[in-house]
Amino acid sequence: MPVEARQLDGGYGSRPVVEGVNLSIQTGEWLSLLGANGSGKSTLLRLLSRILKPQGGAVILDGQDIQTQSPTTIARKLALLPQQQTLPDGLTVYQLVSLGRSPHQPWWQWELDEAGRSKVNEALEWTEITHYRDRPVSNLSGGARQRAFLALALAQDPKILMLDEPTTFLDLHYQLQLLELLQRLNRQQNLSIVTVLHDINLAVRYSDRLALLRQGRLWGVGTPSEMLTPETLGAVFDIDTKILSTPVGPQICALGAIAPDDDP
Amino acid sequence: MTSTVRSPSTPPIRKRTAKQRIAFATVLLLGGLGLIIFLSLTQGSVSLTSGEIANALLRRGDPIHETILWDLRLPRVLAALVVGAALGLSGALLQGMLRNGLASPFLLGISAGAGLVAVLVVGVGLLQIWVPIGAWLGAVLTTLMVYLLARRGTTISVERLVLGGVAFSSFFGAIQSLLLLMSPDGQIQAALNWLIGSLNGRGWNEVTVVGPVISLATIAGCLLARQVNLLSLGDDLATGLGTSLVRSRCLVGAVATLLAASAVSVAGLIGFVGLIVPHGVRLLVGTDYRLVLPFSTLGGALVLSAADLVARVGPVELPVGVDTAVMGAHVFISMLYRRRAGGA
Repeated sequence: MPVEARQLDGGYGSRPVVEGVNLSIQTGEWLSLLGANGSGKSTLLRLLSRILKPQGGAVILDGQDIQTQSPTTIARKLALLPQQQTLPDGLTVYQLVSLGRSPHQPWWQWELDEAGRSKVNEALEWTEITHYRDRPVSNLSGGARQRAFLALALAQDPKILMLDEPTTFLDLHYQLQLLELLQRLNRQQNLSIVTVLHDINLAVRYSDRLALLRQGRLWGVGTPSEMLTPETLGAVFDIDTKILSTPVGPQICALGAIAPDDDP
Repeated sequence: MTSTVRSPSTPPIRKRTAKQRIAFATVLLLGGLGLIIFLSLTQGSVSLTSGEIANALLRRGDPIHETILWDLRLPRVLAALVVGAALGLSGALLQGMLRNGLASPFLLGISAGAGLVAVLVVGVGLLQIWVPIGAWLGAVLTTLMVYLLARRGTTISVERLVLGGVAFSSFFGAIQSLLLLMSPDGQIQAALNWLIGSLNGRGWNEVTVVGPVISLATIAGCLLARQVNLLSLGDDLATGLGTSLVRSRCLVGAVATLLAASAVSVAGLIGFVGLIVPHGVRLLVGTDYRLVLPFSTLGGALVLSAADLVARVGPVELPVGVDTAVMGAHVFISMLYRRRAGGA
C-alpha cells in the first residue's frame, strides 16, 4: 500500500485539528475525504502530503515514515494540488508545467532534458492543453487553468495524486470534465488519487472509497454504497437525506439540515 | 501574485518568441553597457578621445590621461557596475522570494540597519574608513534579526518577514533621524552624503575588496533561479514540489543580503535600482527567474553606471542616489501607468 496514516494527530496550534486517524490508501484506488466544514479534511490531506508536520503518529509512504524522507524523494512519488494557487504574472502554461519536473532535476541542471520535456508534453496532452502551451496561465479560463495545474502535478510523474477541492470555483461542465479526466488517469495509469470534495454526489459517483470525518476524527471508511445511508449522512453531516437511484448510480437528495445534538 | 482573469475583451498581446526576446534583451543590455562604459571613460571635466583612451589603457602617452583613466574613471565605472549589479540582482531575488513587486534590497531592514550604524560611526567620530564595514555589519545583523523574528516553529512566513523588515526599518530610521538632529553640522553633511548614496571618489580599494565578494554572490544568486521559480508558486505547491521553504528562503535571503550589504558598504543607500530594474527586466524577458536573475544583474549594472555618468558630467556633481531616485520614480510611475493600460 502506498500511503498509510498511523494514529495521526495534527493541526495548526497546540490543539490538533485531526486526531487519531488510521487510514490506508491502496494502489490505484480513488479515495475521497468527506466531512462538514472544519471536520479536518484539508488538514488530513496536508498531513498525508507532508505539507504539515504531524503532532503525533506518522504517515508511512512506501514503508517509510515520510518525515525521514527528503522532500524531493516524496515529490517524486506524491503530487499535491492545493486548493488555492498563487500565480506569477505572465507565467506560461509550458513554464508552469515544466516546474513539475523539479524534483527529478539535479539542482545544477538549468534546462529540462529530453525525458523531462517528453513528460511535460505528455502531461499537456493528457490534460488537453497542448494548444495553450505558450499562453500565460492567468489568461486561461478557470477550467483550463485548473487543468494546467493538474498537468504540473502530472509532470511530477507521481504514483499518488492528492487534490484539495479541485472542483471549487468551476461550473458543473468543468467539474465533470476534470473528474472524468482524473478517472481516466486513475484507471489507465493506475494512479492512486486522494481528493477532498465538498460535493457528496460527485464523490459518490467517482470514488472507490469514501473516508468520512467528523470533528477531526475518522468516522468511517467504506465504499460509496456502504457509506451512503441516511443514518451515516445524518451522523456525519447533520442532514436529513433520501438516497435516490439515478442513471449515474445512487445519489443524495438533501431534505434539510438537522440540529446536531452533540454540539458543545 | 495575482490570480485575476483578464477580461475576454483584452486582445491577446502578440509577443515575440522567447528566443527573440532573449536575444533582443541581450543586445540591448550589452550594447547599452558598452556604450555607457565608453562614455564614462571618455566624458568628464576633461574629455578624452578614443585614441587617448587607448593610449592611456596601454600606459602610453600623456601621464595625466593615464592618471585620469586608471586612478579616477576606471575604478569608478567598475564600482558603479559592481554596485548596480548587486542591487539589481538582490532586488530580483527578494521580489521573487517574497512574491511581492514592492520588495527591494532594502525591504528586510538592510538600509535602516546600515544607515543607523553608519550615522553612529560618523557621530562617534571614528574614521570614515569604518563606515563601510559598520554599514555592512549593520545591514547583515538587521536582516538576521528580521529572519529570527519571522521564524515560527519550523517555517518562515513571507508576511512576517515583510512586517518585521518594515518594523525594524521605521524603528532604526527614527533613531537615525534623532542622531542626525543632535549631531553638529559638519557631521550631518558627511552622514547625509552617505545616506543618499554616492560613488564620488570610489577607487581601487573598494573595487578590489567588494568586487570578488559580489561576483561570487552573483554566481550563487543566479544558481538559485529554480528555487525562486518554485517559491513564486506559493508555499504549499512549492513544498509539494520538493522545496524546503526554510532552506530556500534562508539561502535566497542570505545571498540577497550579502549583495545589498556589500553594495551599500561601497556606495551608501542608493535607492530605486533594486526596485525598478527587476520590473523592467520582467517586461523584457518574462517571469522565468532563470532569465530574470542574470538580466537583472546586467540591468542593474547598466542603470547605475548610466545614472552615475549623468550625475558626474552635469555642471554640479550630484550624488548618484538623487539621480536614481528621480529617474527611478519616473520610470516606475510610467510602468504602473502602462500596466493599468494593459500594456504589461
